[in-house]
This record gives sequence, C-alpha cells and structure tokens, in this order.
Amino acid sequence: MIRYIAQRLSYSLLSLVLLSLTIFFFVRVTGDPALLLVEPGASQADIDAMRQRFGLDQPLWVQYWSFVVSLLQGDLGQSFYYRTPVLELYFSRLPNSLLLALVAMAFSLLIGIPSGILAAVRVGCFWDKAGKVFSLLGLSLPSFWVGLVLILFFSVYLQWLPSSGSGTFLHLLMPAFALGWYFAAAHMRLTRSSMLEVLGSEYIKLARLKGLPEALVIGKHAFKNALIPVLTLAGINLVIMINVAVVVETVFAWPGIGRLLYEGITFRDFPVVQAVVLLGGIMIVAVNLLIDILYALIDPRIRLER
Amino acid sequence: MAMHTDAVELPSRFALARSEGFPLVPTFILVGIAFVAVFANALAPHDPEIGALAARFRPPAWQAGGSMEFLLGTDHLGRDVLSRLIFGARVSMVVGFTAVIFAGVVGTVLGIVSGFLGGWVDQVIMRITDTWLALPALTFAIFLAAIVGPSEMNIVIILGLVYWTRYARVIRGEVLSLKEREFVKLAIVAGCSKRTIMRRHILPNVINSAIVLGTLMLGVVIVTEAALSFLGVGVPPPKPAWGLMLADGKKGMMVGYWWLTVLPGVCIMLMVLSANLLGDWLRVKLDPQLRQL
Repeated sequence: MIRYIAQRLSYSLLSLVLLSLTIFFFVRVTGDPALLLVEPGASQADIDAMRQRFGLDQPLWVQYWSFVVSLLQGDLGQSFYYRTPVLELYFSRLPNSLLLALVAMAFSLLIGIPSGILAAVRVGCFWDKAGKVFSLLGLSLPSFWVGLVLILFFSVYLQWLPSSGSGTFLHLLMPAFALGWYFAAAHMRLTRSSMLEVLGSEYIKLARLKGLPEALVIGKHAFKNALIPVLTLAGINLVIMINVAVVVETVFAWPGIGRLLYEGITFRDFPVVQAVVLLGGIMIVAVNLLIDILYALIDPRIRLER
Repeated sequence: MAMHTDAVELPSRFALARSEGFPLVPTFILVGIAFVAVFANALAPHDPEIGALAARFRPPAWQAGGSMEFLLGTDHLGRDVLSRLIFGARVSMVVGFTAVIFAGVVGTVLGIVSGFLGGWVDQVIMRITDTWLALPALTFAIFLAAIVGPSEMNIVIILGLVYWTRYARVIRGEVLSLKEREFVKLAIVAGCSKRTIMRRHILPNVINSAIVLGTLMLGVVIVTEAALSFLGVGVPPPKPAWGLMLADGKKGMMVGYWWLTVLPGVCIMLMVLSANLLGDWLRVKLDPQLRQL
C-alpha cells in the first residue's frame, strides 16, 4: 500500500515538474519573456530592468531554478492591472468559481443520472432516444453559444433572468445550465453504460430470481453499484469545470477564475494568465492523485497489482 | 469461378457509404460547408470585411426593415452577415482540418514510436502526454495564444500542440497489441529495420484509428477555435470567423439583434454535430476496437 502511494506520489511530482517545465519552456522559446513581464508600451530601460530583476540574463537552468523556488514560496508575481499579488487575486475569485461549478454539477447530476438510468432500463424507448439527442446536443453545442442564446431568450425577450453579474440565485441559473449541459451529457452516457453493465451481472439475475420487485432490483442493487464510476467522473469533472468555465464566465460576467483569465488576456496581464494555467494544472494533478489513492483504499486489487 | 473471386474481393471504400446507417445528412452538411468554403469568393454577395456604417444592424430580409440586399442582415459595422458566414466557413474548415491533421501526424508518430520502441522513450513520451492531458485543453490553448499572439497560423499550431496527446494515447495502445502479432515478429526475424517495421507494418494498421479519432476531434477543434476567437486570442479581426462574429454579436444582443448571435452559432453547431455523427458512425464501422471510447 505504501509502495503504491509512493509510486503515485512520485508520478504526480514528475507531472508537476513537467508542467512547470512546459510553462517555463514555452514562455522562453516563443520570444522575449521580458516583453511579457513588463507592461505594454514600457520603455527599453524598463525592459532591461525587468530582465535583470528576474534574472533573465542568467543561464536557463538558473532561471528555471529560481522560477521553481518562487513558485514553491507561493510567489506567482504581481498583476499589472490590479497591482496585487496574483495568488491573492486567484483565491479571492476561487469561491465564485466553486459556487458556479457546484450548481452546474448538481444540475448535471440531477439530469444525467435519472435520464441515464431510464435509458438503460428501457433501451430503445422514447426516453432513451430523447436522451441520445440531449447528450449529442450537449456534447456538440459550444457552451458560450448556449449561454448567449439563453440570455437572448430569458433576459432580452422574456426579461425573466438577469443577463450578467452575480449576487442572487437567479444570476446562477443560466451560467450553470450553459456550463452543465455538456457535463450532464457526459454523466448521462456513463450512467447508461454503467447501468447496462451492472444489469447484465450475475447478482442482478439472482436478485430477480429471488423474486424481488423490479423497483428494488434497480433502485437498490443496480443503482448503487452503477453509481461508483459516475461519481468518480463527477469528482474529476468538478475540477475541470472550474478550469473550463472561461467562456461561460465571460459571457455572463461571472466573477470567477475564468473571468480572471479573460481579463488577464484582454489587459495583457501575463502573470495572471500564467498563474491561472499553472494552478489549474496543479489542481487537476492533485485530484487525480487523490482519486488514485482512494481507489486503492477501496479496491485491494489495484494496490496489490505489481 | 468469377463468382468465387467476387466473394473474396475486399469491399471498396465507397461500399462503406452504401452500408447501413450511413449518416447521409451530416455528410451532406459537411460537404456543403466545404463547398461553400471553397467557392466563398463566388458565393458571397458582399465583401465580408468592409461594410457601410449607414447600413449597420439591418435585420434579415424577412423581418420588418430588412432588404433583399442583405439577406441575413448586417452587423455593428454594416457588414453583410451572410457573406461573413460564408467566408467564416473557410476559416473554420481550414483551421479545423489543418489542426486535426497536424495533431494527428504528431500524435500518431509519437504514439507509434512510443509503443514500438518501449523503454525509456516510451516513458518520456507517455509522461509528457499524461501531463499535457492533465492541463485543461482550453486554458492551455489560451495560455499559448497569449504568448504567441493571435493569427490563423498560430491557432493551428496551438490546437495541434494541445490535442496531439489524444492520438498518442490511443495509437500507443494499439501498437502495443500489434507488436505481439505474428507478422510483426516475422518482420523482426526477417531483419527489417525498426524504422521499416514502423512505417510498413505498424502505420498502415493504425491509420484507421487515426482517421476515426481525427473525425471525432474535428468537432472539438472547431469549438475550441471558436472559443479562442470569441475570447479575442483566436483569429484576429476583421477576418470573418464564426467565433469572432459571436463576440461582435454581443454588441447588439441586449437590444434584440438576434441574428448576430444565433446565426454564427447555428453554423458552428451544424458543423460540429455533423462531424460528431460522422465520427461516431466511422468509429463503429471502421474500428471495432474503438467502440468502447
């Protein structure tokens, strides 16, 4: 067990090193990083000062080392636009992103799981077909366009919901739907296939042979076991949601991390852009590690492998 | 005797199109968009990049105030929406296909090399693949676009860099099982060089999977391109890209100029939906191994 965790941990650390190398490497290969680190329109003297301050005249490995050291100290630089440390900004926006992601997740599970079960229990029925169309659209429509059309319909024509901003629960509805549809489709597909697999298993046949009512077979025996992979995916998706909400948050002016990234692009605020990408990657690596370890705790077959 | 040879003859590629469940409508739509993209110059009634400010925010022809001159209305600079949609098809097609092919070539080559050579080469390539797969694709693409600045060429390179990992993963898995097959072992015994085996024996056997993946990736790539353009780090204005049109459309949305928001989105939707349906069908038809995906 300890060996397994140590192995997973070392893989994750390696991923983090590669992640920092990727970001470090791309910034330096594609041009002069000093130009990215100074404000647009800075004078040559300012650029030179920045080059000296960040040691950009040093050899590459020295630069990488100081990049990692400041990263470990939680120093991701200063935002040009807000004039505050980037990390502070990031954490001030994180709760908003989390709120949006949680509501979108709740929505995607509320739609995805019941419709997935229904589709699996009655393969080929009307609901199965309707579910297929729903999931195909969810996987094909760009979320930002869904958001724009929602605004057009519910804010401009019907004037039922606020078009942008935050504050009340009503502000959350449209962005959560726009963000959650894609994930609802993914959760539905997985619930359906997982449920179909479980329904074909021996213990379900036994439960039926025992003469249990169908509702009990599906609701208690099949549902619980089919849910495990879906909830795992949902766990990963929550983190992914936080990180892919850029366009939806931009459309609805929702003050989360995605919006921060958008502001970073529009104001050419490079430290902000770099921080959002880096922290997003770290978050996902951490969640993957957590899931690997949890799986090993639950399922001995995994930790005994090799 | 002639009948016998007929029976063993392999079905031609065109036979696929006549087989059951062929997604006729999606294929028709994709071919239609490609046709429009190629003949954009002849089809577009107006210049897509130059408008007349006097004619701004004209509604589509069938609405009050619309005219036959601007069939689908005009945008905030008085540019003809229909012409921009037509030229936008060209941008989406060019960016979509080149990015998919670029990512496909890089991913397939690395997947074959990684799977066939094994050892430390495999370790290095797969660790990089895993790390890059962990980065949210859209955020990673935005980061790269923010460094190199917007242009069509850069978008293609960025999308290629972000999405090759998907190919590498799948192709490597296939190569691992191909490696154990008799014909590959025979080739090794016969003294073929590693490069020859990879090119002559492995590549032809994974090309079908690469094509299926490519079709499925087309939709993803087009949505990502639209999102990047929408955020202002994709195709630079005044080029008519559908994502860019959506961003511009926001200017007239709150006063109800729906055509600027709805129409470009419908184009994106049709293209992505068609690519996904065709990809799903190809996956089942060409490559039973990928059905699980």
